[in-house]
Parts: sequence; C-alpha cells; structure tokens
Amino acid sequence: MNAPVAPAPTVGPPMWLLAEVTYRCPLHCVFCYNPVDFAQHEQELSTDDWLRVLREGRELGAVQCGFSGGEPLLRDDLEILIGEARKLGYYTNLITSGVGLTEARLDAFKAAGLDHIQLSFQDSTKEINDFLTHTRTFDLKQRVGDMLKARGWPMVMNVVIHRLNIEHIGRIIEMADELGAEYLELANTQYYSWALLNRDQLMPSREQLKRAEEITNEWKAKLADRMRILFVVPDYHEGKPKKCMNGWGNVFLTVTPDGTALPCHTARMLPGLCFPNVREHSLRHIWFESEGFNHYRGTGWMKEPCQSCDHKEEDLGGCRCQAYLLAGDPNAADPVCPKSPHHERVLTALENAESLNRQTRPLIFRDPKESWRLIQEAETTAPSD
Amino acid sequence: MDGIPRLGHGFRFQWEPAQNCHVLLYPEGMIKLNQSAGEILARCNGQRDVTAIVADLEAAFTTSGLRPDVEAFITMAIDKRWLRLDTASA
Repeated sequence: MNAPVAPAPTVGPPMWLLAEVTYRCPLHCVFCYNPVDFAQHEQELSTDDWLRVLREGRELGAVQCGFSGGEPLLRDDLEILIGEARKLGYYTNLITSGVGLTEARLDAFKAAGLDHIQLSFQDSTKEINDFLTHTRTFDLKQRVGDMLKARGWPMVMNVVIHRLNIEHIGRIIEMADELGAEYLELANTQYYSWALLNRDQLMPSREQLKRAEEITNEWKAKLADRMRILFVVPDYHEGKPKKCMNGWGNVFLTVTPDGTALPCHTARMLPGLCFPNVREHSLRHIWFESEGFNHYRGTGWMKEPCQSCDHKEEDLGGCRCQAYLLAGDPNAADPVCPKSPHHERVLTALENAESLNRQTRPLIFRDPKESWRLIQEAETTAPSD
Repeated sequence: MDGIPRLGHGFRFQWEPAQNCHVLLYPEGMIKLNQSAGEILARCNGQRDVTAIVADLEAAFTTSGLRPDVEAFITMAIDKRWLRLDTASA
C-alpha cells in the first residue's frame, strides 16, 4: 500500500505516570473503569519493579505521579512507593476510597511526603444511600476528611454521577460541604468497562442531566467562597468527541498492576495492538519506541470522516476505546461525533435513557467472580483461529 | 509592597531538566515558568521580604530598577495563589 504517510509527530516527555498498583478492591462499583477481565491480570509487580518504574518515569520527565487502583491502600508497600516518588521529585497524588485508611497510615504517607489525596465515592448504590442517609459511609468520609485536614491536606472529593444518584445531586453537594470539602468533582459516568455493561441502568435522561447541572450551578454560586465544584459533562450527551487523554501517548503513561504500560487505562481492550510490559522494557523504550504508544499518536492513522475534518487536531478523532466499543473499529471516528457513520448507536442509547419503561437487567457489580464469568463468556463467543 | 512572599498551599517549585525550565507543580498540573518568573520564585523562600528579593535579583544580574517588575509579578502570582504574602510585622 502506498498511502501517504503523515510526518511523525514530535514526542515530548509524559507529564503523568499513573501507577495502578492493584486491581484488588473492597468495593464493587458498577461503573468501575478497570478492565472487565481484570481477574486474569492480577499478577502484581513487586516493590522493586515499581521503584524502578518510578525512577525511569522521572528520568523521562514525568512530574505528576498518581497512585490508584483498585484500592491502592491494599498495597502494603504504598508508603515506600510514595516516599520514593516524592524523593525523585514527583508531585504525588493518591486516589482512594478511604476504606481502610487509618491515622497511622496517614502519618506514614505524610512522612513519605505525599502531596495530595483525592477521596472518591466508589459505590453507586449502597454507599450513596448510606451517605445520603447519614449512616456508615458518611461517618467514614467524615472521619477520613477530618484526618486529612488535621495533617494539612485539602479535602478533595470525587463523586461519579449516574442515573441512580443524579436526582440527589443537591444533597450530595450539601453534604460534601458539611464534610468541609474544598474541591468537589462531579464526574458523569464514562461508558467503558463495567460502566458500559451497566449503561442502560446508569445513563441519565437529558432532563435529569439538565436539572443536575442547574442545581450544581446554583450551589456553585452559593459556595463560591469555600468550595470549587467541577461538573464533568458526559460526551454522549454533548455530542462532541473529547480529545481523549489529551492526546494518545502525549501526557499520560499508565502502568497497570501486572506491568502492562498503556497510553490510557482502558486501552488494553483495543484489538491488534500489543502493549509493552515494564518487566521486559524500559519506560523510555515504551514511551518513544513501542508500537502501542506510537500507533495512535498524531493524525496519520485517521480515516474518513476524521482525516478531512476541520476539528481533527482539536479532538484527535475522540476516544479509540469508544470507537472500538461502539463502532467495532478502533480506527473509526468516535461515534459520539455527529459526523460518525455510527453516531446512531449513541443516539439509540440516549433515546433509551429517555424512555420510562426501559427494559433493564440487574446491575453487574465489579468483582473477581463476575470478571471470570465475563472472561469465559468472551472465550466461548470469540472466533477460533 | 511589604511582606514576605511564600509559595501558596499545595504548590511546589522546582527545576525540571526535561522542560529546561523552572516549574510550579500543583495537584494534577504543572506551570512552566519563563526565566524571570523562575528567578523571582526561586527567591520567594519564605524568608526574604520583597525588598530583599529585589536587592538579591539586582545584585545577581548587576542591574537596578527591578522593583516595579518584581512587584507586578508577585501581585499576579498572589492573584493566582502561586504565592501568599505574610504581612504580619514581627
């Protein structure tokens, strides 16, 4: 084939090293973005592996280091990793549900130099109900919030918003304020992995979303002096593809629990791409040389309607995973774009969310048993070679 | 302008070889600084007051008359919360 080759984009250093240190988690969130087959990728890197990854990432020029999971607190060596990251000069961020967090552990994180903690609400049904009714979860978050503040960290909260809690958004904001949150991110569900399995149950109607944004704006004005609120609009409803990960292989380098390096935490699902493992390759090789990181850099890989689109530099064709999941083709335009030949699939999902008599099956909760069931299901339906 | 400028809560200032410049790091972000911003912030260590910072810069670059520029930068940096100004007279 003699297709003209677009000039290779200049590759700068990654800004973020995202260390997904474990897929283990005490929670079972129906919107979790961990891969649905996480149960077969649980061979975790050792402490020494992670220390090497941190050093190599810093040598590449990464300045932000995020520790997430699963629940990163389940790694006993988390304080060692945070300490090394801080010593290397990273700005260190911990993303946790706070489940299992103790005073002693927080003291160890403080001594290790942890810069920032984001406390997330990771359960869609039971936890939010507990929270809204002021019971167990509220107490946990309040306790954790007080412990954070006592040690000089700001209280930063993230709540994933979906059909099952969107009607309570005002109450969620009010209670975040009662907890003394200084920053609140209300992130509408993105439909990948477990959230895609549960999309019909989780997607709010246009009216619900509009109302939620109005309520959020009222609270924003009311709490302007003490809380910053960010409302992240879902791309399905916006009809506008997002510049996914701020550009493939441009800002983020994710290392998963088993050492697979990814340009985005859900990219492992994409067919036909081989992602390198930090057990076999240096991060420098992975970032600059590997096929997995180079494949969707820039715009040279695009086909129509992206290739001739005026917005191609702005959105870079949207999300590759969404293209694969909805159009069955990772090189296609992101179907949330109205120009996509598969846009109708997004419209159908949106229409379905408008219908009051929706046929919905029970929610699928993220846990190892479900993960194995889904792995087996995929194996029996996959075409044999 | 009186007082001792120090870094705002949650900000960290450092030299980044990969960027070839000083940067300010904060939760989930990074600001790349030009040379003069870097030189000023490097001196905002919570010990020097504005007068001492100006004197130190003028000595380092054998020049004079930097005060208005330094004050303008510090005012902008306070506005952006990169810096806070301790004005309590001790």
